[in-house]
Amino acid sequence: MNEKPTMAAIKKIVSETPDIKTYYLDFAMDAKPGQFAMAWIPGLDEKPFTLTASGKECAITVQCKGKFTKAMCELKEGNKIGIRGPYGNGFDLKEVKRVCIVAGGCGAAPIALLAEQLKEQGAKISIVLGAKTGKACLFKERLGKTTKGLYITTDDGSLGEKGFVTTILESLLKKEKFDCIFCCGPEGMMKAVFEICEKYKIKCQLNLERYMRCATGICGACALGKWLVCKDGPVFTGEQLRETADFGKSAMLKSGKNVSTKEFSEWRQK
Amino acid sequence: MDLKTNFIGLKMQNPTVLASGILGTNFPLMQRVFEEGGAGAITMKSIGPEERNGHANPSVIEWEHGLLNAVGLPSPGFQNMEKEWKQLSKRNFPLIASIYGASVEEFATVAKDVALHKPDAIEVNISCPNTKEHGQIFGTSKEVSAKVIKAVKKEIGEISLIAKLTPQAPNIAVIAAGCEKAGADAICAVNTVAGMCIDIDARKPILHNKFGGLSGPAIKPVGIKCVYQIYESVKIPILGMGGISNGRDAIEYIQAGATALGIGSATHYQGIEVFKKICDEMQKWMKENNVKSLKEIRGVAHA
Repeated sequence: MNEKPTMAAIKKIVSETPDIKTYYLDFAMDAKPGQFAMAWIPGLDEKPFTLTASGKECAITVQCKGKFTKAMCELKEGNKIGIRGPYGNGFDLKEVKRVCIVAGGCGAAPIALLAEQLKEQGAKISIVLGAKTGKACLFKERLGKTTKGLYITTDDGSLGEKGFVTTILESLLKKEKFDCIFCCGPEGMMKAVFEICEKYKIKCQLNLERYMRCATGICGACALGKWLVCKDGPVFTGEQLRETADFGKSAMLKSGKNVSTKEFSEWRQK
Repeated sequence: MDLKTNFIGLKMQNPTVLASGILGTNFPLMQRVFEEGGAGAITMKSIGPEERNGHANPSVIEWEHGLLNAVGLPSPGFQNMEKEWKQLSKRNFPLIASIYGASVEEFATVAKDVALHKPDAIEVNISCPNTKEHGQIFGTSKEVSAKVIKAVKKEIGEISLIAKLTPQAPNIAVIAAGCEKAGADAICAVNTVAGMCIDIDARKPILHNKFGGLSGPAIKPVGIKCVYQIYESVKIPILGMGGISNGRDAIEYIQAGATALGIGSATHYQGIEVFKKICDEMQKWMKENNVKSLKEIRGVAHA
């Protein structure tokens, strides 16, 4: 593979929530759910985004919050961005028949492709989807098409139940059996989901995030313990995370400085 | 076929060394490159005088014949590494700490702190091509290189000092000899070669920093030539690097005069296990050619 960005036209832009948009590109990428691509705005920066559509027109979904993503949100259909990928391992969908997917905030992004592919292979799916508000709830329609068991929670109770995804997950675990729990969201939420899975002795796969540079496993910027999020991840199993002291605890800033995940996520929100 | 190597006091299971700036960002990852990857020694990501973010992306790209990078020396700064050093004190592998600075004084300050944590050797990066103010300027001048090496040597006591040189010095052999005289215990050659890629569709340089350092297969002949020249101008051992991808490349560097072998870009192409693979291939070549130890063939191309 030649790991240079290719300039590709934006074919279609879909507004998902007030501040989240999906960009369909004139660029083919066969992506597994959970894999990501690097999007480049020449002269500005290049950032990783989970792939939310695979095939002839791949897509990335972007929340406008920082310098780069705000510039992304200024772009119009027909504009070009640089793209390279797919990267990372993606979720492992082998031998899963009954699953529960837990997503929080923009963590719903990789979940769309995941739920659609699981449905295609005939798995029985439950989804717990958490958001700050009903309006901010990403991919509720898309996910709703993959299952009748879509449970929504919001922080303000404006949609679904007011409260935490973990409460719903535990109540589901008490009455149903799952082969695997898939999860993506803020690291604190994922850590809580991981601990629930440990308690109920269920396999889990979590889609994690660290600051990323090369995306191809050479620079070490995205190290999570001994793992490289860009190459060994971004999806990790419960077994892997059990041995990873940094999970839910610490992460590296751009400089390589090791800080708490709290400080890391505050920096990421800037 | 014995690959055990003693390089400036580092007792290595084989001559391969993880090059600086590659994967050496935290202790568990370094340990993995040693244990699972099979490296003989590990170089940490370069440590600088203050916290530094490095350049924006793209900072590493692959082109047709190698990599081009301008990561830009991100570093937590020597002041922010207590946790890392604490973990590293329990290491089971030979560790080389890499340092950089923007002045002779900064090199000395970083060296002094790093030496307190007792790495097995300190590599002085006087050759990074990716920052305006760091490194390169030192490595192209014999006088300034020697000044940096002397200042660092004074601060680090018994710890071995490796001077990392740029192939862009007008005469690298002269610089190497100057570093030896100033107290370097080994020479590391070569750092990357400056280059640039433009995306013709975007009509812009691809690297955010515009310019970067070439590494990988494209620069192997550059590295071989430099190691060959340095071998003839110094008595101290050489850590050779630049485009080593397989056992034959490794043997080529040994024949040019290298004692230890830096591996970097090859981990991008072949994964962390590439160290093991290169060693297996070296041993195979040695067996086929009835070579029992690398000593027999070190510098043999000079005869």
